[in-house]
Amino acid sequence: MGIFIPNTTDEQIRMLNDIGYKDFDDLFALIPDEAKFKGNLNIPMGKSEIEVTHTIESIANKNTIFRSIFRGAGAYNHYVPSAVNSISNKEEFLTAYTPYQAEISQGILQSIFEYQTMITELTDMDIANASMYDGASAAAEACAMCKDRKRSTIYVSEAVDKRILEVIKTYSFGRDTTVKVIPETNGITDKDALRKALDDDSSAACFLMQYPNYYGLIEDADTLCKITHDAGAQFIMSVQPLSLGVLKTPGEIGADICVGEGQPLGLGLNFGGPYLGILATTNKNLRKIPGRLIGETVDSAGDRGFVLTLQAREQHIRRDKASSNICSNQALCALKAGLYMATIGPKGLEQVSTLCSSKAHYMAEELSKIGMPLVYEVPFWNEFVTSCPNTDKLLSSLETKGILGGLKLEDGNILWCCTELNTKEDIDTVIAIAKEVF
Amino acid sequence: MKLIFEKSIPGRGQDIFPICDVPICLPKAPHRNTKPRLPEISENEMGRHYTSLAKRAHGVNDGFYPLGSCTMKHNPKINEAMASLPGFVNIHPLQPPHTVVGANEIITELENFLCEITGMDAITFQPAAGAQGEFTGLLLIKAYLQDKGEFERNEILVPDSAHGTNPASATMAGFKSITIKSDAFGMVDLDDLKSHLGPKTAGLMLTNPNTVGLFDTHIMDITRLVHEAGGLCYYDGANLNAVMGIVRPADIGFDVIHMNLHKTFSTPHGGGGPGSGPCGCKSFLSPYLPGLTCKDGKTYTRAEKSIGNLTGFYGNFLVNIKAFTYILTLGSKGVPSVAKNAVLNANYMQEKLKDIYPVAFDTTCMHEFVISLQAIHNEKNISALDVAKALLDHGMHPPTMYFPLIVDEALMIEPTETESRETLDDAIEVFRDIYKMIIESPEIVAASPQTTPVLRLDEVKAAREPKLKYNFGE
Amino acid sequence: MNDPRELMYTKDHEWIYYDGEDAYVGISDFAQQELGDLVFVNLPEVDDEVIAGESFGDVESVKAVSDVLSPVTGIVLEVNEEILEDASLINQDAFSAWFIKVGNITETEDLLTAEEYDRIIEG
Repeated sequence: MGIFIPNTTDEQIRMLNDIGYKDFDDLFALIPDEAKFKGNLNIPMGKSEIEVTHTIESIANKNTIFRSIFRGAGAYNHYVPSAVNSISNKEEFLTAYTPYQAEISQGILQSIFEYQTMITELTDMDIANASMYDGASAAAEACAMCKDRKRSTIYVSEAVDKRILEVIKTYSFGRDTTVKVIPETNGITDKDALRKALDDDSSAACFLMQYPNYYGLIEDADTLCKITHDAGAQFIMSVQPLSLGVLKTPGEIGADICVGEGQPLGLGLNFGGPYLGILATTNKNLRKIPGRLIGETVDSAGDRGFVLTLQAREQHIRRDKASSNICSNQALCALKAGLYMATIGPKGLEQVSTLCSSKAHYMAEELSKIGMPLVYEVPFWNEFVTSCPNTDKLLSSLETKGILGGLKLEDGNILWCCTELNTKEDIDTVIAIAKEVF
Repeated sequence: MKLIFEKSIPGRGQDIFPICDVPICLPKAPHRNTKPRLPEISENEMGRHYTSLAKRAHGVNDGFYPLGSCTMKHNPKINEAMASLPGFVNIHPLQPPHTVVGANEIITELENFLCEITGMDAITFQPAAGAQGEFTGLLLIKAYLQDKGEFERNEILVPDSAHGTNPASATMAGFKSITIKSDAFGMVDLDDLKSHLGPKTAGLMLTNPNTVGLFDTHIMDITRLVHEAGGLCYYDGANLNAVMGIVRPADIGFDVIHMNLHKTFSTPHGGGGPGSGPCGCKSFLSPYLPGLTCKDGKTYTRAEKSIGNLTGFYGNFLVNIKAFTYILTLGSKGVPSVAKNAVLNANYMQEKLKDIYPVAFDTTCMHEFVISLQAIHNEKNISALDVAKALLDHGMHPPTMYFPLIVDEALMIEPTETESRETLDDAIEVFRDIYKMIIESPEIVAASPQTTPVLRLDEVKAAREPKLKYNFGE
Repeated sequence: MNDPRELMYTKDHEWIYYDGEDAYVGISDFAQQELGDLVFVNLPEVDDEVIAGESFGDVESVKAVSDVLSPVTGIVLEVNEEILEDASLINQDAFSAWFIKVGNITETEDLLTAEEYDRIIEG
């Protein structure tokens, strides 16, 4: 107990006496007695490193690690290259604070500047910030960015992950903003409903869609973008970053803001966090972007250097008039994402995106052959929905074989996900088990 | 140094992915026409690039880091080891509950620990950072008041010494933020507080010890007055390190709290994040808590009047494991001993420096203290910024500058409990040397730093001509 | 409107110059010196109402943001697009770099002459 405190008890007493205090009670004498906690904390006694390790390892062992995962729905089982954790665990990165003192923080600043650049390359947007908490909170902040005095209503497609929608609604409860959901038909946003809703509402601030959407479907983003822009609102796309290895990018489509869950870029499944909120936008939204931005400048000798910039947008300066309160972000996760993108490079990005797509299409084809056809006739990338004669039975059979099957949706259909980690053999095993079950 | 893009050579790269073992099949949807200019670089070159970057960064392991209000304590290695166990890293957030019993056990146990330390009744781990914890706590207050039909309560009182996140969070939660003055001792001005309390008061946000490092001696009066006016009391846990095990926020009248696990509970700051900002509350607010929890190992449930979700799943889970590891290691005696030694180290430094660096409030401080360079600035034209930059040349991370706003030319020093007496003595020596230099040759101080990878940077240029990404030379 | 002696001032360091019924508003040279290098300004839109004594915009330096208060109540006729593009113009010549032109003026703050204003900033 207390082992992270270097000074021994004797030294502590000597220091106390040195500065004129009898003991610790004397040091804390200014705290009113009625405010003090008199008892002992009801938590276990401190433990040695070995005991703590054993305790926590035994807790970790209660979790099941599936050898094969076909579940996505917002968290994706992609490969994390060895270099990502090895390098990002360097103590200089791990134990540093936010790079407020630029002169001794160039390493952190440059790594984030490189991350910002890579995200703009990936998405074809003009600028990216230094990160948000996760994809869902990035989506909520993006919606808030679009609010102005004349436009405040947020429109979200029903085909967006419910978890993202939930966070948008929670943020909007805070800001007293209205969120309206545009219904889906056959798994994708109902374009006519969107057009009608936006045409009738001069207060529409933005429309947010997911790409690929919650069901894995690639919606006609070009048309949705046009409908949104025709109504004078901003178009927000929530993306799976690795899909952009092959898919038309938000920048090419004309999105005003691109957000996304950055977890596929070198972060583990981590039981939901820490993840990485990607937020990129166009130059015209520069002053509205929340969170930290790293900018290039020069030092007093004229040499290149990097600083936190445009800080007057932020809470520590603008206080109650700041557009967002974000302070800590997910810098280390952004560093990992940068390492991931640098490791795989442009070729690897296309490769992994192609692998995900190919495996998913193979699996969809094989499942349809055994009576589990695709539910939606819309192009998809690495996630897709099939029907299933007995979803619970199939999923529990897979589980007994160490396979985490797709996610059971409310209607009983299954949302499957394939990544580069699912081999043909794994997929064939799922098919074989499914054949046995039915 | 070069950017990674400037080291990129077309055709280079690393072999990560296998040859596709199924027929290649791409979506029948529009494909991208642009080529992302991601780096093309070998693993060796990439490793060296990032090692160079690491050498141009400063973490707690590089040296003393007395950054006030940020609690830059040692980040124990066992925390990292436990948070990288495969049983935590390789589990999907949507696995069936019976396959993640261990993960939910950690969340439940950590909730128990933190409830005991704060005196609160329930805690949500949804918030990913302190600011999001504040936002969450304020939404709990908002939902509760609206539920009672008290829609007119739309003002959150915030002391002028507060962190910027407090008023910013109040605005995000739809409240009007009202500034309360500090008195001559840096504490809440009770008369000013009283004059702003009333039927519109939703609550008060308070950091205690406050941002000048003092425990507000009127705390029992303050929380009583707010409650009498019908408002709730929010405890900003940024400075919990000073009092954990000594004072429990719930016992002194607070209804809601957030903690910064990346400050008080030793999880690393990661160059800006990820942190974790769990939000705790008393039982009357627990029906509004966000997120799904699984207490029985079988089913996920949501509080009956939940405000929703702040993050997609269960917050920054791995960060919470680190905090859990830390508390398990410290135990019931270790937790208060952290607070005691944090306060001792701060007072030790304050006492040894205050003859030359005037402290903003000359009294026993808690875990941090604020010095004011105003007099030195007037006499020698050396600012808090100059002193901070001079410290860089001594391998020390400077204190927090120009905060809190109520102290002119402020430097806020928080040594933390994990620094030894020798480290403090060395730092005191450095501060005294710099003072000597200010008196004898202020121009050297004004021209510092000289030994860092770059000299002082032109922040005005950065803001006037924003360059936020590498220019590939189009 | 460039002669600071002919302008009227507020105690909050804005200047005002009457052009017939309308008025140009900016910040004083003293104010720009105190604020330091300005990097951005936020201005209202044309047709917005401004209210005497209340903030109509703000100026940003690297480390601070300060409200700019309107000396008059009225309607914004024009905003100075040039300072939106380049806030350093305010540092270069605060008396030329007007912020907004206001019309339909219905109320005016107590204004100071150049001499009175000088006494305040020297005091």
